[in-house]
Amino acid sequence: MQLARVVGSVVATVKDPALGSRTLLVIQPIAPSGAPAGASLVAIDGVGVGPGEDVLFVKGREAAFAFLPDTVLADASIVGKVDFVDLGREGGERARGPEGPILPARRARGASEPKRRASTGPGGPHPPRAKSAGSE
Amino acid sequence: MILGRVAGTVVATRKDERLEGFKLLVVQAVEPDGRPRDSYVVAVDTVDAGVGELVLIVSGSSARMASGCADRPVDAAVAGIVDEVDLPSAGRS
Repeated sequence: MQLARVVGSVVATVKDPALGSRTLLVIQPIAPSGAPAGASLVAIDGVGVGPGEDVLFVKGREAAFAFLPDTVLADASIVGKVDFVDLGREGGERARGPEGPILPARRARGASEPKRRASTGPGGPHPPRAKSAGSE
Repeated sequence: MILGRVAGTVVATRKDERLEGFKLLVVQAVEPDGRPRDSYVVAVDTVDAGVGELVLIVSGSSARMASGCADRPVDAAVAGIVDEVDLPSAGRS
């Protein structure tokens, strides 16, 4: 698995049936520090994330396993949303990238949700997580 | 998956019999903002894409999960024709 930041989404009407109506997101792989690392790619969203969020993704044949028992035409899948990365420095302080924490403290619930395209997924925007990710 | 722009087609009369009947496209890899990358791939077309169109490319063994590609020597397939790429924060790195 690798870390990445979601930077956008892709809309495609004509597509292989094996893709289904799953959300396609543009992700930029990042280092644990938060710095961009490598070329961006398009991944299938398996957890329900939006632009600006940091995620875990799997590449290769195993990416399709995220959707078992469905057979999905996936070579890159988002399999987790990163709360934070602890690099074990300074008593477990959160990893910091060039622009601050790798994942800023979560917005208060109800704050502006990132805009999602309803047409990219069957259910449109995913509901916010039940519990605050930043709480200790 | 990566994004690519269809640059042309490949005609190969003599080929593995399990590739017969497939349209092969030369696809130039592009960045999400449309800038070309310095790489290309020959991909099997299962969605009837045309030259100049922006497409999604699935590569590696996953490409064999595309329609009709099971058990065929395929390592790249066109998975969809892109209508739009939405990059909310234009400040990409």
